[in-house]
Amino acid sequence: MRRAALYAGVTVGALVMLFPFTWTVITSLTPGAGLGTPDLIPDEPGLDAYRTLLDAMPFWRILANSLWIAVASTLLQLVTSAMAAYAFARLDFPGRNALFLVYLATLMVPMQVLVVPLFIEMRELNLVDTYAALLAPSIASAFGVFLLRQAVAQVPIELDEAATIDGAGHLRIFVSVVWPLMRPALATFAVLAFMSSWNSFLWPLVVIRSPELMTLPLGLSTLHGQFTTEWDVVMAGSVISIVPIAVLYLAAQKYVIQGVARSGLK
Amino acid sequence: MSTSTAPRTQRQLPPSPPPKRRHRSTLRYGGNRLRRAGIVALFLAPSLIPLTLFTLVPMVSSLWVALHDWNLITPMEFVGLANFRELLTDGDTWAAFGHTLGYIAGYLPLVYLLGLAAALALNTALRGRNVFRAAYFLPVVTSWVVVALLWRWLLSPANGLVNHVLGLVGIDGPGWWTDPAWAMPSVILASAWKDLGFVMIILLAGLQAIPGELYDAARVDGTSAWQRFRHVTLPLLSPSTFFVVVISLINGFQVFDQVYVMTGGGPAGATEVVVQQIYDLTFRYGRAGDASALSWLLFAVVLVVTIVQVRGQRRWVTYA
Repeated sequence: MRRAALYAGVTVGALVMLFPFTWTVITSLTPGAGLGTPDLIPDEPGLDAYRTLLDAMPFWRILANSLWIAVASTLLQLVTSAMAAYAFARLDFPGRNALFLVYLATLMVPMQVLVVPLFIEMRELNLVDTYAALLAPSIASAFGVFLLRQAVAQVPIELDEAATIDGAGHLRIFVSVVWPLMRPALATFAVLAFMSSWNSFLWPLVVIRSPELMTLPLGLSTLHGQFTTEWDVVMAGSVISIVPIAVLYLAAQKYVIQGVARSGLK
Repeated sequence: MSTSTAPRTQRQLPPSPPPKRRHRSTLRYGGNRLRRAGIVALFLAPSLIPLTLFTLVPMVSSLWVALHDWNLITPMEFVGLANFRELLTDGDTWAAFGHTLGYIAGYLPLVYLLGLAAALALNTALRGRNVFRAAYFLPVVTSWVVVALLWRWLLSPANGLVNHVLGLVGIDGPGWWTDPAWAMPSVILASAWKDLGFVMIILLAGLQAIPGELYDAARVDGTSAWQRFRHVTLPLLSPSTFFVVVISLINGFQVFDQVYVMTGGGPAGATEVVVQQIYDLTFRYGRAGDASALSWLLFAVVLVVTIVQVRGQRRWVTYA
């Protein structure tokens, strides 16, 4: 009896969580949605909304932008963070702890504080409305350094020493000893970095103007500005935005959930 | 580091084969300070240069801008702390903080209770747990803009699904985001729906760390399920709860994406939260100095709230 109630409860919960996604798809297939509430099963389903969407905005280009920016910033952050993590965990140099504190301090300052001066900086550099501006704040990640430093520290130092005896320098040790052994941590961080780039909104909103340079969140928000009441078009854009991240999430679920549980970041 | 440890390891190894490519390590241990500095620079520069350019410099210049009147076009004019004084005496600032607190007051209890309920339900020997967990977590990985648009549509007073269903059972739904009284609850509802899975995952990890023997012992003592929840689960879950509260408060004070998309701060300024205000001050009213000052005020508030919580955790957080 209690078990039945439990199952009923979690099933209703799952419906509440999942049905809105289904509603997105239904709406996108219902021509003229927004003029009335769409039916659960559209009378005359059609792809009109997708055609309108692709005529109004370079949406494939926007999707490609989101993808390559997310991939590029993830790769950049992986390499730059892992290298710094190695320096902080394995190299001895004056001011190491003080410098690590500086890295930590940048972690505490939210994007909202940075957004105005960063925009001005980009304007000075003539980079407003360019890919470079979009990518610039996500080349390095203090959070990544923090997360990966732990992972480097967990690699047994005896392995470094053995490699040293074989004549390997730090770069060799980093590439062929430490990097392979911290793969789980790298995977976790990669997933978090990818999601954060994929979902980022405030910075693209501030620095990008041209539709062909937009990322998905900005493109969608702009789309809604154009098609305020044509919900089929807006939901078609949403469907295109959800599918890639949902696929990635289902494929890398273990790392996503681990990463979130471990870091508390979204 | 390696200079002192290398001899020890060498002693443990058989003396026979001479290390290959000896010249390389001689360079490293030869006390060539320039070379060692070069290695440190090689590893740090890829992160230090971009962090300096795109985080540290903006951080410092943000403080500088906060001390000026500036419309982003004409030259800056130094005004000292006048921006801060102005902000603190401006009703709009207090209203923005009030709206943000209102958001937090609705969002935090709602998302915590729903997340806790989901975590408790999924912490049982339920068949298909992983499927449910995946379902509850899906909104967490979805971008804010998508979620906000989706809820704007679901809660649309004209033809939205929620009011349609309410209408079927004879309830006349409210105007949601078009009604100043209902706009903030709409944002809260969408936010709790999106973040519930996140809270669930954190609490689930906390629940799984509670040793089963404690429940067995409590059962032997003849306790009721509620007593076990109240006196075993809740205290031992408190570190996870603490974590959720700290993170949710930080995110709550910085709420923006969903507000911008769902209401743009309206209607009639009912959802004008602090970050929306920072955005509007900069890009609508050209008051970059005030915006920077406000962003530092927000940062200070978040910092103080976080410190107070870390200090106060002793009173209610139990570390096993």
